Amino acid sequence: MSEYLLEVKNLKKYFKTKNGPLCAVDDISFGIRKGETLGVVGESGCGKSTAGRAILRLHEPTAGQILFNGQDIVKYSPKKMKEMRRKMQIVFQDPYSSLNPRLSVQALIAESLRVNNIGKSDKEREEQVKQVMDVVGLEERLINSYPHELDGGRRQRIGIARALILNPEFIVMDEPVSALDVCIQAQILNLLGRLQDQFNLTYMFISHNLSVVKHISDRIAVMHLGKIVEIADSAEIFNNPRHPYTQALLSSIPIPKVNLKRERIILEGDVPSPVNPPAGCRFAGRCRHAMPVCKEVCPELKQCGNSQVACHLYPAEENSVR
Amino acid sequence: MEHTSNEKLLDIRDLSVEYHSNGKIVKAVSNLNLSLKKGETLGFVGETGAGKTTTALSILRILPELPSRITSGEIWFNGENLLLKSKKEMQQIRGKEISMIFQDPMTSLDPVATVGKQIEEMIGLHEKLPKKELREKAAQMLEQVGIKRERIDDYPHQFSGGMKQRVVIAMALSCNPNLLIADEPTTALNVTIQAQVLELMKNLKRQYQMSMIMITHDLGIVAEICDSVAIMYAGNIVEYGTVERVYENFCHPYTEALFDSIPSLDEDQEELKVIAGLTPDPTNLPSGCPFHPRCPYAGPECAQQAPEVRETEPGHIVRCHKDLKGGSGNE
Repeated sequence: MSEYLLEVKNLKKYFKTKNGPLCAVDDISFGIRKGETLGVVGESGCGKSTAGRAILRLHEPTAGQILFNGQDIVKYSPKKMKEMRRKMQIVFQDPYSSLNPRLSVQALIAESLRVNNIGKSDKEREEQVKQVMDVVGLEERLINSYPHELDGGRRQRIGIARALILNPEFIVMDEPVSALDVCIQAQILNLLGRLQDQFNLTYMFISHNLSVVKHISDRIAVMHLGKIVEIADSAEIFNNPRHPYTQALLSSIPIPKVNLKRERIILEGDVPSPVNPPAGCRFAGRCRHAMPVCKEVCPELKQCGNSQVACHLYPAEENSVR
Repeated sequence: MEHTSNEKLLDIRDLSVEYHSNGKIVKAVSNLNLSLKKGETLGFVGETGAGKTTTALSILRILPELPSRITSGEIWFNGENLLLKSKKEMQQIRGKEISMIFQDPMTSLDPVATVGKQIEEMIGLHEKLPKKELREKAAQMLEQVGIKRERIDDYPHQFSGGMKQRVVIAMALSCNPNLLIADEPTTALNVTIQAQVLELMKNLKRQYQMSMIMITHDLGIVAEICDSVAIMYAGNIVEYGTVERVYENFCHPYTEALFDSIPSLDEDQEELKVIAGLTPDPTNLPSGCPFHPRCPYAGPECAQQAPEVRETEPGHIVRCHKDLKGGSGNE
């Protein structure tokens, strides 16, 4: 399985609460190949951001392995992990709250270098900052501006520059375009695509916006309440969704076309609480195909055609294709 | 569509609104014209700062008084000019004739009052009813939006986001308004919950036969729920028409840019077609057509003269010198 740059095995992240453990990420496994984008979709509270952060050990995983280039980074000492994070970066959702308002663009981007003791002098760092600003499309005249003087698109470019300046191999994109207007969103999506080609980057792209995820991802993992319910190639997910939750999610995207005839699956009720989640399949309570077995046995992720699905509707294939 | 008559419910004429900030004047809305028929649902689309919410707040006359000013225009509602109404008269109209739903249900409910009390308060302002009847009506409203009446004594924090937005909708509809203004009512919600709430709004709209203005930046939502659509850019409507007409035959370069920016679900695109630049600084709008610096079709006349509106076919209005479709236009 060395084809993967990043391989996550049985990752769990529980948070302690008064009412028992909150299972934000509950036993997920997946791999991301070099140069690939894995999209992670799901509703808020499904654990997609927690998964992204646990992989960088910004949240310490409760259990599981995270293999990066074959090495289990969960075992790394804090010092070694800090070095490792040069290779593994993250871009956050809200460029309005993730940038220190008292630092200039120059200071914000150079901070990544300073924290990691890269560059000999301020002068040398400034050169690097200018280079990376050019790469992400920030005009050099903005180098002494402050975040409040810039629009959301430019702020997000700063966030990307801060990650990129360390020459990472892998970037977790945590809803990088959700706070932006559509036109700006399109500009940033194009930028991310270009950067990936240019630097052979590997992305984990977290978003609740399915059309954005489809656009940028090679493969997509659908999460529901801490579990991956389906993972497959992007086209397969959209053309042939297998898990009832994936189907409901896809059918609820409003599509900007008129006279569209399609079946809508309106889910009843809300996402259940991740504190003491129900035994069995966690989607069973909202699922229109729920069977008695669903309430008792939690389905495993199994190969089914070209997808991996965790659902009792699909019996395990004995002669799996892969 | 089926319920729209030709009678105008709302008619906005030449509305201009300014904000004063740091000695500068921000022209949030300039000379906007718009009308809405009875039973019609209008989508109001544009990017942040285009003036969508400002227009809506002007209709209800709830713009913040100090920094903002309606500099010109008339807003006719049911044959009366709302801008000439006294404060007292407006209070009678708000909530009773025109209701509004705000974007974030988490902040538009009072955290220390039960949802029942909040709905009762709204009804009580407009109808003198005994306590018992008020409570009964509030319970009925909750049932209308799919919440069990037993939850009438619960507080907002006991509800999820989608449920809270349902409570807000129940409150807005409790006096049976003629016009409902919904300002990004589903933006704060998850997609599956958004689908639930949109479905609910569609049904209620039919049942109550009201008109609606749906403010959104999501062209998908407009396609789903609206009859007509107005695309706003820098304080004015650049294109207006029925959803069918505008979606299949848009004529304004900005409308085109909006559609191009949305990643398609049907086809694979390497790169999205994007328009360069940003929405203009509202304190310093470009001369002529405010979109011309970003417009791929702009000619010399676009920088000099603001385009007038023209009708490409009855009911489809475009504010542009060029003709994207025919190529004749003003060239």
